[in-house]
Amino acid sequence: MMLSFFDQFMSPTYLGIPLIALALVLPWTLYPTPTPRWLNSRLLTLQGWFINRFTQQIFMPINPGGHKWAVMLASLMVFLTSLNMLGLLPYTFTPTTQLSLNMGLAVPLWLATVIIGMRNQPTAALGHLLPEGTPVLLIPVLIIIETISLFIRPLALGVRLTANLTAGHLLIQLIATAAFVLLPLMPTVAILTATVLFLLTLLEVAVAMIQAYVFVLLLSLYLQEKRL
Amino acid sequence: MADKAVALAEKRLMDVKLGQIFSWLGTRDFTPNGLVGAVRRGHERYFNKYIHVKKGGIGGVAMLLTGYVVLSYVWEYDHIKHDRWRKYH
Repeated sequence: MMLSFFDQFMSPTYLGIPLIALALVLPWTLYPTPTPRWLNSRLLTLQGWFINRFTQQIFMPINPGGHKWAVMLASLMVFLTSLNMLGLLPYTFTPTTQLSLNMGLAVPLWLATVIIGMRNQPTAALGHLLPEGTPVLLIPVLIIIETISLFIRPLALGVRLTANLTAGHLLIQLIATAAFVLLPLMPTVAILTATVLFLLTLLEVAVAMIQAYVFVLLLSLYLQEKRL
Repeated sequence: MADKAVALAEKRLMDVKLGQIFSWLGTRDFTPNGLVGAVRRGHERYFNKYIHVKKGGIGGVAMLLTGYVVLSYVWEYDHIKHDRWRKYH
């Protein structure tokens, strides 16, 4: 029984076609392109408003050179939020629970920020490895520590997203199984468990959005550091 | 009501009689380009009818998501059938 709880994260295939392909394409179909009309439909207006607000918020602290990243980060945010939220529907598959996908998103983007920083201002980029005001004796140790912390960033980005979503889905499945099994035996406890399940689902909705936001926010922070 | 005589290949799906359906399928374009075009046309028809209206409600998107849930169930059925409570139904 323990083994079957993790089976929900296996990539399911049907007649050789993996469900992850459909799950990855679905966010693209949900967000239509704006029409050349003056007044668009409700969905389009909401979508435009949200993307504008979000982009304004994220790119306020970044200097104009970094605004080239606006399309990339905004679409990443929308993509991750919709993937996470769609995964909360019953029987669906969440691609962001696969570490491979999250690392595939995190590593190239992080590497891009590092390379851009190195190209534009190599001295300042290397200077980030040593914070100001460190005592002279600590300098070698601190350089090693800062290098390690630089290289651990993509790992942290990818694993954070994977772990949060996987843990959430697993908890939902565990508590739902508990409530279901308890129902004929102890109905009161089953009702309490069902309440916990409801609250957990609300939390999961929040986590889905927050995790996407954190991912994109951290990337924009790394971008900001490089002072393009 | 007598309809104008239209060639079978040019009829739309809703105008094809049941007996003619297989010969109609034979005239359709099953190349990858044709399939992509068919998916795009279906997508636009659905969107223009249910979502791109001035006061669209939750119904258009909800239908799409319900269809997705049903499709995911079908996709995962082989896997889920091991979670039955009785071995023989």
